[in-house]
Amino acid sequence: MQPALSIKNLRKTYDDQFEALKGIDLDVAKGDFFALLGPNGAGKSTTIGIICSLVRKTEGLVTIFGHDIDKDFSAAKQFVGVVPQEFNFNQFEKPLDILVAQAGYYGIKKDIARQRAEKYLRQLGLWERRNEISRTLSGGMKRRLMIARALIHEPQLLVLDEPTAGVDIELRRSMWEFLKQINDQGTTIILTTHYLEEAESLCRNIAIIDHGTIVKNTSMKALLKQLDRETFILDVREELSESPKLEGYPMTLVDGHCLEVDVMKGQSINEIFIELNGLNIHVISMRSKANRLEELFFDMVEKNLVDVDGGQNNE
Amino acid sequence: MNNSQKWIAFDTILRREIRRFLRIWPQTLVPPIITIVLYFVIFGQLIGSRIGDMSGLPYIQFVAPGLIMMSVITNSYSNVVSSFFGSKFQRNIEELLVSPTPNWIILLGYVAGGMSRGLGVGLIVTVLSLYFAEFSIHSLPVTIAIVLMTSLMFSLAGLINAIFAVNFDDISIIPTFVLTPLTYLGGVFYSIELLDPFWSNLSMINPVLYMVNAFRYGIIGITDIPIVWAFLIVGLFSALLFFLALRLLEKGSRLRN
Repeated sequence: MQPALSIKNLRKTYDDQFEALKGIDLDVAKGDFFALLGPNGAGKSTTIGIICSLVRKTEGLVTIFGHDIDKDFSAAKQFVGVVPQEFNFNQFEKPLDILVAQAGYYGIKKDIARQRAEKYLRQLGLWERRNEISRTLSGGMKRRLMIARALIHEPQLLVLDEPTAGVDIELRRSMWEFLKQINDQGTTIILTTHYLEEAESLCRNIAIIDHGTIVKNTSMKALLKQLDRETFILDVREELSESPKLEGYPMTLVDGHCLEVDVMKGQSINEIFIELNGLNIHVISMRSKANRLEELFFDMVEKNLVDVDGGQNNE
Repeated sequence: MNNSQKWIAFDTILRREIRRFLRIWPQTLVPPIITIVLYFVIFGQLIGSRIGDMSGLPYIQFVAPGLIMMSVITNSYSNVVSSFFGSKFQRNIEELLVSPTPNWIILLGYVAGGMSRGLGVGLIVTVLSLYFAEFSIHSLPVTIAIVLMTSLMFSLAGLINAIFAVNFDDISIIPTFVLTPLTYLGGVFYSIELLDPFWSNLSMINPVLYMVNAFRYGIIGITDIPIVWAFLIVGLFSALLFFLALRLLEKGSRLRN
């Protein structure tokens, strides 16, 4: 099946000779919810900039639903909607005017543009503020306005660069629900985010980019399977003075009622409960200490950093 | 994009540009009108009455076409330079750059916006000038053609200035140090017949001189230069500026990384 996005040997060297992308290859399937992760300066925004033609590539081929962004730019652009990291709308214009104008740039007639603007402003909770100057909107509202603007031409590929940065948790979750809905309706979504929990809960496939190269490109499930250790926090009813000793389960006492335990891949959590029960310690709640994806992400980026530094040291 | 979609994109840019300068009318429409009225009062009535005739006409009647043209030039230029640079500064130019709108439509949209303001202010100033001076139109085709071409040319120049500008100083340097001297020395306030041969010949390399004279010819029927030269020069400059602006947009100079 034709991918929504296909990137072959994509390279970007900026005028100051900084090599942001070192020949990346990436395919995103139609209908996918895809995460592009990487530390700051890894090349995520450059990749997105090239996809939506705000950054000129040095070399390589990018096709969107089979349309080359160089040779067939008009068709390629019709398929893409982009939500950038920074606010890039005229802050002196009204949300409704911004959306209708954006539709106009895609050749959409005004009556259809108005209908769609109403639809997306309502869905994103901005309809009541449609005639206010955008500058007066809150940060979260501005982010939602950019999502509405990116959807106004109903693209089949939506690219979001850190869409929930600086957004409070409640709003972030409502945006996740909205994006899930859009994806369920068939829109392919590519997301970059610093909230790894966001990528883990939304995305089916993932690529990790670092120093301009893709260090991992796999499904979220396959990636999480690679995790060989997970740390859990256990809240216990009894007050403890020292950490219980459980064979094969390194445990530390956080405070009188709280334990931290490392569980290796293949080990059973049940065993912990049985053993603690035998010691007359009752677990009242349990949670994962860290986001699983976060642990993997740091492992991979750290490993890549060692490789890069090693390479430099050899020179 | 098909032709109908391209028309919608052009219409959207033009309407947004018109909405912009109407929204901020105290900054865009009122100051040029006040300035021109002051010119009429001071140079036309207060000083003009002591100057006497210029090229066989009362001074106020002589300067009126030049003052109208001056407002068309400055408003066409400043509308595009400030709007396009503002879009670059706020990064909302990216709304257009990510869209399938062709570069030549973006160019025409902004230029049409600049011409709308330039011609709009020019029309208001013309109506106001009727209060100070009496004149009838000598040649309507010449008047309309030269004012349209001049407005087009300075709108294009404003766009190029905005593409190259990286800060707000850069959009005021050209109007202050190039546009204003060219306009003041372009025969708005005097006939070049009054100048020594050296200065008169030097004035001939000033393109504004040709525009002002052609416009004056269209309105009152007198000119210091053959008006065919005016059309050739304005036409040539406009074509050059159009292709330069289009090339810059296509290259993405100072717009795309």
